[in-house]
Amino acid sequence: MSESKPKKKFSRRKFIVRSAVGVGVLLGSGYLTRSIWRRSLASLANSAEAPFMGDTETPPLWFEVRADNQIILYSPKVEMGQGTFTGLAQIAADELEVDISQIKVVHAPTSSGNIDGLSTGGSTSINSLWQPLRELAATMREMLKNEAAKMLGTTAAELTVKDGVISGNGKSLTYGDVAKEVQEWDIPDVPPLKDIKTYKYVGKPVPRVDLRDKVMGAPIFGMDATMPGMLYGAVVRPSSIGAKYVSADTSEAEKMPGVVKIVKEADFVGVIANSRMEAEKAKSGIKVTWDIGKNWQSEDIEEMIRVGKGDPVVIQKKGGSRRILDNEEGVITAEFKSPIGAHAQLEPNGALAFVEGDKATVMISTQVVSITRTEVAGRLGLAEENVNIIPTFLGGGFGRRLHTPNAMQAAVLSKAVGKPVKCFFDRKEEFQNDTFRPPTHHVLKAKLGENGLIKAIEHNLSSGDVMFGSPLFPGIAEPILGADVGAWRGGMIQYGKIPNFRAISWRVKLPFATSWWRSLGLLANTFAIESFMDELAIKAGKDPVEFRLDQIQEDEAGYRLKEVIKAAAQKAGWKDGVQNGRAMGFAASTDAGTPCAHVAEVSIEEGAIKVHKVTCAIDPGLAVNPDQVRAQCEGSIVMGLSAAMYEKMTVKDGELSPTIYGPYRMALMKDAPKEIDVVILENADAPGAVGEPPLGPIGAAIANAVFRLTGQRLREMPFELS
Amino acid sequence: MKISFNINGTPQSLEVEGNTPLLWVIRDVLNLKGTKFGCGKAACGACTIHVDGEAVRSCSFAAKFAEGKNITTIEGLSSGDDLHPVQQAWIEEVVPQCGYCQPGFMMATAALLEKVPDPSDKDIDDNIVNICRCATHYRIRKAIHRAAEIQTNNI
Repeated sequence: MSESKPKKKFSRRKFIVRSAVGVGVLLGSGYLTRSIWRRSLASLANSAEAPFMGDTETPPLWFEVRADNQIILYSPKVEMGQGTFTGLAQIAADELEVDISQIKVVHAPTSSGNIDGLSTGGSTSINSLWQPLRELAATMREMLKNEAAKMLGTTAAELTVKDGVISGNGKSLTYGDVAKEVQEWDIPDVPPLKDIKTYKYVGKPVPRVDLRDKVMGAPIFGMDATMPGMLYGAVVRPSSIGAKYVSADTSEAEKMPGVVKIVKEADFVGVIANSRMEAEKAKSGIKVTWDIGKNWQSEDIEEMIRVGKGDPVVIQKKGGSRRILDNEEGVITAEFKSPIGAHAQLEPNGALAFVEGDKATVMISTQVVSITRTEVAGRLGLAEENVNIIPTFLGGGFGRRLHTPNAMQAAVLSKAVGKPVKCFFDRKEEFQNDTFRPPTHHVLKAKLGENGLIKAIEHNLSSGDVMFGSPLFPGIAEPILGADVGAWRGGMIQYGKIPNFRAISWRVKLPFATSWWRSLGLLANTFAIESFMDELAIKAGKDPVEFRLDQIQEDEAGYRLKEVIKAAAQKAGWKDGVQNGRAMGFAASTDAGTPCAHVAEVSIEEGAIKVHKVTCAIDPGLAVNPDQVRAQCEGSIVMGLSAAMYEKMTVKDGELSPTIYGPYRMALMKDAPKEIDVVILENADAPGAVGEPPLGPIGAAIANAVFRLTGQRLREMPFELS
Repeated sequence: MKISFNINGTPQSLEVEGNTPLLWVIRDVLNLKGTKFGCGKAACGACTIHVDGEAVRSCSFAAKFAEGKNITTIEGLSSGDDLHPVQQAWIEEVVPQCGYCQPGFMMATAALLEKVPDPSDKDIDDNIVNICRCATHYRIRKAIHRAAEIQTNNI
């Protein structure tokens, strides 16, 4: 790590204990929230030290010890496939001295007080909870030991603990035995944490804790939620960009079978019926008048996303690149583009809400539990503490569930009928009302020096908003940050030995919602920069791997980046050029403090790009679960390949399309590489980001291989061979 | 209309509107939530079930056509404590990430293995055409080969 982590400690007076259900150990979390806006935003964007922003008001519930010695861990981070629950179980089991099977990780409902005020996203879950969770678990272990010592007539120092059983003085008690007897707890100072090398679970490829539920089809997702007496809702959503609800003619829909009620609000109209089908049919019978402004076309959007339009912000600068690139001969220029991308997560957005009097309960797949609560409470005029958001497993997140007005809509419908109402998007609504990955335009310029290395380089990026405009980052963040650090993720020059460079952001406000899409700007920025690096290496007559290694600075971040570049090249048996109809392409990036390099092995089969194998080297620091690090690399590689090679939303006559899988082409079994080889390096002693960094280099790695095979430099995602 | 069928070995008789997609009968009437809604247009495969042993996308299969059929969903794929080879393989290879699409992939795979006990990579490419956004394809392929192996050894 380039920056040392501040030591986080919680004071003993902030620990309080609740014994209503088993034992709730509640930790006042003020220490977790010291991060001011600026620091938290900056660290989210550029470092591995991500904030965990807990609630300051309520002491949150983390653990519950049940009489049968089962320990419930209430996670403030949600599980959307990234494996966080498994990592948290490993960390807690090791410090608690229990078998991992004794720990059950559940989503913390907001009523537990264990609320992450930020979000689950940005590859921050494990690294932000690594220190606090170990301290909490170790403290709880000591609390249980201290009480057991009293009960066993000995001292805590004389006790041994194994698998949640405390033994001493010839007798044994389980954690559950102890917990159920204690009325008032003594809270010790945080004990010393164990030596990482002695951990039984951390660092091991433990199977996912949610594996069996997910293989057996257990009802764990938001869309699976039910409540007794539940009705089904549907909300009419616009097809056109920028459409504003004006009014609705519901006369026909009201007469349709199964319709319970139609709800007209100032900003939307919805229907409640006895079944999903009846609700959907009635929805299509509602005639809505929309105020549709401009009749947008793809060409309009392309015209907007252009370097040079809007206001530039210099986000990185060293030396005098402008002087060199404006005045000297032999400047190399290249342009790249990426399209509008859809999240296309399989579980549609929606919620099950029940509003009873001045209280509301909402079960939902959300990445922003706290914001979802604020939105529901605000809309219904309820006190936040009277709104309980119960997060479920997410059928994919990828940033799509950072915007959850669907919770508010379900709650409004429920209030209108006084019953639980479940209300979900259909697929067309998902595709047309997504919060898209913004399109981008990149202009890169460079001048090679006489030594064959880069003398000056500039990256200009035009992008729609990612972080700006998001409810996660209110307007106040914009003047602090200047440029959208989400759009900028991966957009800086990572080769620190280059003497002169600049990176410049051009912000574009698009007429439709754009936001976080797994890895934010990383995929497009790395595609542009690392494709350009390949071009420059070829111009310089150098091997692209050596060319990169030669220009990385001598510091810790540089060391770690060099190591992954070397490891990927070595494991793949890197060889430039075409062999047996196949070529390798190389690319590397550093994202959120985690460096990653890919070698893609590609051929052209029947006129199409075929990726046979990807070798990936990643250094996430300490790998809490190496198998899940691998899984995240495999998933990132294929998702990134899918976006780079196939995916694209277009705008025609004011509507975004396609509106269904298939026409929105995504990678299928036949497209995914049959070999993915992941090398994990651990050149830092704490866990870093994993879920997004390996998405970065894949587009450029494939494109660089394609150049060797065809001589065509791919300048636009999705790739098309000429 | 009244419709009768066997689901996961249990006879069911229901009063439903005949054109209701079988998916919603399974999920909302019979409360079996393992079969997922993804697109409603048979484009993603998340709702794949077996109807008389054939893989069917239940979001686009009218309930009336289920009359007299034997239906299997993910909840009925294994019998008793014995895991179906596909589920066993999915566990061994730690396939799921978010897990939402996986029942559909497993049902499609189980149906494929009935017809092609030892599928080649090409067989997999041609027959398993579901959508997975977490992009677990690499492990799915390994698990399909592993399931074939388990199934063969069990016979």
